[in-house]
Amino acid sequence: MTDAAMHPEKRFRVAAMTKFSRYGLIVMAVIVLALAFGPLWLDRSNMRLMVELCYMLALAQMWNLLAGYGGLVSVGQQAFVGLGGYFFFVIAAFLGVPPLLAIPLAGLVAAVFAIPTAAVVFRLKGAYFAIGTWVAAEVYMLVFAQIGALGGGSGMSLPIDVVRAIADSRDMREAVTYWTALGLAVGSVALVYGLLRSKYGLALAAIRDSEPAAASLGVDVARAKYIVYVIAAFVTGLAGALIFLAKLRISPDAAFSVMDWTAYVIFIVVIGGVGRIEGPILGTIVFFILRGLLADLGSFYLIILGLIAVGVMLLAPRGLWGLAVERFGIELFPVQRRLDMRKDN
Amino acid sequence: MDWINAILQGVLVGGLFALFAAGLSLIFGVMRLVNLAHGDLIVLGAFLALAVVTGLGLHPLLSLLIVAPVMFALGYGLQRAILNRTLGKDLLPPLVVTFGLSIIIQNALLEVFSADTQRLQAGPMETASLQMGAISIGAFPLLTFIVAVAVIGGMELFMRRTALGRVFRATSDKAEIVPLMGVNPKQVFAIAMGVSLVICAIAGVLLGVRTNFSPGAGPARLLFAFEAVIIGGLGSLWGTLAGGVILGVSQAIGAKINPGFQILAGHIVFLAVLVVRPQGLFPRTRDK
Repeated sequence: MTDAAMHPEKRFRVAAMTKFSRYGLIVMAVIVLALAFGPLWLDRSNMRLMVELCYMLALAQMWNLLAGYGGLVSVGQQAFVGLGGYFFFVIAAFLGVPPLLAIPLAGLVAAVFAIPTAAVVFRLKGAYFAIGTWVAAEVYMLVFAQIGALGGGSGMSLPIDVVRAIADSRDMREAVTYWTALGLAVGSVALVYGLLRSKYGLALAAIRDSEPAAASLGVDVARAKYIVYVIAAFVTGLAGALIFLAKLRISPDAAFSVMDWTAYVIFIVVIGGVGRIEGPILGTIVFFILRGLLADLGSFYLIILGLIAVGVMLLAPRGLWGLAVERFGIELFPVQRRLDMRKDN
Repeated sequence: MDWINAILQGVLVGGLFALFAAGLSLIFGVMRLVNLAHGDLIVLGAFLALAVVTGLGLHPLLSLLIVAPVMFALGYGLQRAILNRTLGKDLLPPLVVTFGLSIIIQNALLEVFSADTQRLQAGPMETASLQMGAISIGAFPLLTFIVAVAVIGGMELFMRRTALGRVFRATSDKAEIVPLMGVNPKQVFAIAMGVSLVICAIAGVLLGVRTNFSPGAGPARLLFAFEAVIIGGLGSLWGTLAGGVILGVSQAIGAKINPGFQILAGHIVFLAVLVVRPQGLFPRTRDK
């Protein structure tokens, strides 16, 4: 017997990373590093655009985690954006907690609210779950519209002393907002990547491919979905807190907008590619390019955006990144393990 | 007396909710498709009626002679060209495509009719009422309720007694098997969507005479329709009527307590039913 036959582990190697993904990650790290110095080389309007891009990316990563991996198609993620935003205002303005500490606390509150919400909406299966989450978001919106201390239906502005507590100068405040947004975006990508590379990610991938098969192999499907839902609510709540920190004003209509926090997010993920970490990143970039080109068209822009999303879903259901993977076999964040065969020696 | 009046109004509005729900329920029953654009299609029906009423000077109820066939054709075409491609094991394509359609319809209506609120003028029948002691029942709400009962009763008979209804039920049970009996499921789905949009047209006209509507009014109708279906129990048309009535009465009682509670009260009753009796009040296993 040859040495290789006796020791098969010498001939094969299980790896997730590819050459492309290793170089890709280095390039991504360089881009993130350059963006971290953004306040030095970006003007004010571009910094604001980047903040928007970052929180949309975080929202898209979370929706993708739910729909692409957890099999939970939600049309009600605006519930957690609104809860995060409102509780940020409550914690920072009424409880006097420093704003940057109030953001994670608001995210935690959103996650806590996700527990009873899940207990109700998880009773609905499949497509009815989607509309159920929408009703839940409407309930939160209508309740916040009734709270007089928070300005009722017309909402409230962030008190000026809270705004000052972020940073003294306007430039510094915008820089702090920018770094928080960048941290949130990078953190959301890292979180999903880490989750999928873990043992837990295997369970999620199994659920995505076939729920009964996953269950028969000992995956607790209901528990996995529940955990994914609460994690997504936490990060979506963080994004909500950041969004209304950046806007300095909150109202029920803006906080619980199905258009802004769910419709756009679904379009981003679908256009970029569902069920891949790269999908939301590419989708966010495409979304902001389209918006830059077409936003002057008003409602025509939304019609075009809707048509693109419908067209992509019908013609390329794995999105633009899915097309790239099929064609070139490239992946930036590979999560599946592949077998590397070594040459015979 | 005020309360009895409010509850009675709620019952009658419930008929309209049941009508919203009937089309949604039919589509889900036949092809397991949840149409997120359903509310917007109801509002589209109202706007088409508005165009016919202003263009030809017809009475809103007569405008259905034109709007209903147009909506049938739209539903048939939509199903054949787009929605049939989304059906399958994967949950995502039908949801994303109908959600996209919802946004497209809303913004197309905005582009054509502007964001102004509109109303269908139905003349004296809008204000006529039947007086019974201290209780007065609006003639038009009563007509709405009667139409809802007639449509649901008609659908029930159609499903049970006609050959096409039998094909619908067979396709609902096993779409893979009906081709063996010479049925083309894609054709059946397209006819079902056409019928669903005819019901949307009727509901849209009744909605437009009853209240103001605008291009953004669709999603709320979708949620009411969905709540009526779930409260009543999946697959049961009479259950859906009961669900609509329960929703209508809940909203009426909520509005009586505080105008801000109207919609909220309906949602809360829906969530309560979901927690206490997730299968709905009158479920039927046929279309589970």
